[in-house]
Amino acid sequence: MAARVIVIGTGPAGVRAAEALVEAGLRPTVIDEGRRDGGQIYRRQPEGFTRSYDTLYGTESARAAALHESFDALKGRIDYLPETLVWNITANAVHLVSGASYRTLEFDALIICSGATDRLMPVKGWHYAGTYSLGGAQVALKSQGCSIGSRVVLMGTGPLLYLVAAQYVKAGAAVSAVFDTSTLLQRLSALPKLLAIPAALKKGIALMGVLRKARVRVYRGVRPLEIGGSPAHGVSHVEVALQSGVPFKVACDAVALGYHLRPETQLADLAGCEFSFDEATQQWLPAIDEDGRSSVKGIYLAGDGARIRGADAAERSGRLAALAAMQDGGLKVEGLAALRAQLQVFSRFAAGLRAAFPWPARFASMLPDETIVCRCEAITAGELRRVVRETGAQEANRAKAFSRVGMGRCQGRFCAHAGAEVIAAAASVPLAFVGRLRGQAPVKPLPVTLVEQEEASE
Amino acid sequence: MSGRFVRLAETERRAIVITVDGVARQAAEGDTLMVALLTSTRTLRDSEFGDGRRAGFCLMGACQDCWVWTSDGERLRACTTPVAAGMSIVTQLSTAGEGVWPRA
Repeated sequence: MAARVIVIGTGPAGVRAAEALVEAGLRPTVIDEGRRDGGQIYRRQPEGFTRSYDTLYGTESARAAALHESFDALKGRIDYLPETLVWNITANAVHLVSGASYRTLEFDALIICSGATDRLMPVKGWHYAGTYSLGGAQVALKSQGCSIGSRVVLMGTGPLLYLVAAQYVKAGAAVSAVFDTSTLLQRLSALPKLLAIPAALKKGIALMGVLRKARVRVYRGVRPLEIGGSPAHGVSHVEVALQSGVPFKVACDAVALGYHLRPETQLADLAGCEFSFDEATQQWLPAIDEDGRSSVKGIYLAGDGARIRGADAAERSGRLAALAAMQDGGLKVEGLAALRAQLQVFSRFAAGLRAAFPWPARFASMLPDETIVCRCEAITAGELRRVVRETGAQEANRAKAFSRVGMGRCQGRFCAHAGAEVIAAAASVPLAFVGRLRGQAPVKPLPVTLVEQEEASE
Repeated sequence: MSGRFVRLAETERRAIVITVDGVARQAAEGDTLMVALLTSTRTLRDSEFGDGRRAGFCLMGACQDCWVWTSDGERLRACTTPVAAGMSIVTQLSTAGEGVWPRA
């Protein structure tokens, strides 16, 4: 097959994809935005830091070490481009920027392993300094040995809520409260699916044990009311409605907020991949077949950037996508069936997590008008509702044109989901009807002083 | 002024000095610029849309809420930029004019 294969990302999916390609004698180009490999989940600490794998990755330390060792072993057999952003994809070419230099690379096959970011539901006051995503709170600790504050509230739902809380407790941070919007009943009803991977379920339960032992207050079935504070000094407290309906306030100087994850799909979008509305996750996802083939010939999607199934699944789907790419290139590949079967088990477990920690869509219609939806440009739910009411805009891109929700520097990563819910509720239409924000290049801000990088001599 | 972030580990690293809004502040080798700033200050920047001070959000280069200015007028995304000794960072917009330029 043609040798020009590019892998984007060096998290679990990207590393295993690159590894499969190298095993077959290919020399892929591996592009990663990070300074070091590992992605977010197995993010490596900076050079010179001394914490052990056990401290950094807990029960996942063996997996993290294995992934890092695998990637180290690939060096010299791949063309590795760290600290490099893919800011656009056109027909058979990726457009790269690193520092202030840009270049274009052509490909025959592209495997996008773009990972995920936190899925966010706004709450009044979440723009105050001191509110971070749950993933961000974890990065502060894992990558820099810091807590986001001296009294931290963790709020939202999803496995990350309990993982970050437990990691903070173990690291000696002061966790003032954990507010989970999902209920114990939802957790119990998800058990049959979660039993698809008993070991993972056991790890989740162990995290609860860590919190209980540290006497961290955990409240389930809450509805966030407000992150209190001031524009000048930031967060001062969190107020929620407890499951009983009683309002409850906790003082804090930092909040970690998140509702499970959403795939980073901008690159798949720019590559022209078809998307469809996924009822199970209530979000638009790029269409892929069982092995990760997108609707565009030569483009493959793997890991949490395609489907939120977690790191272990990402290792499998990354390898599987690479095998699919090689198969399409005329190479003989083995092991497809086993990987597909394993991924089905992870899919079942992922469905269990969604049932245990559901996205609280109903909160969007309950947001007070003054709540900021778009953090980038401080646009409120009331303004978005006014646009829907007065212009009749019911489609996400049209409502964006009138309201600017989704037009800011994050390009809708953190407001698009909730924004669509606000539009759907205000227009009384199903969420699928609102559609999704189109991806726009550049996917992240670029310096205006770009210099073309000279081709290295062959 | 006390900081927002609290150092819990890796506290044996070599100290370096940076300048934040004209004041010398201590940071550590290996810090991101964001951590270097927020371990001694409470906020990173003014929102251009009048809703107050911001201190970043995602820490992984996705939200773009942590861009700061150097005193030379260069813009840096604090969460993905390693700190270097001698950096001079401006976190506040000017109070003059429409306040869209950093306070030098």
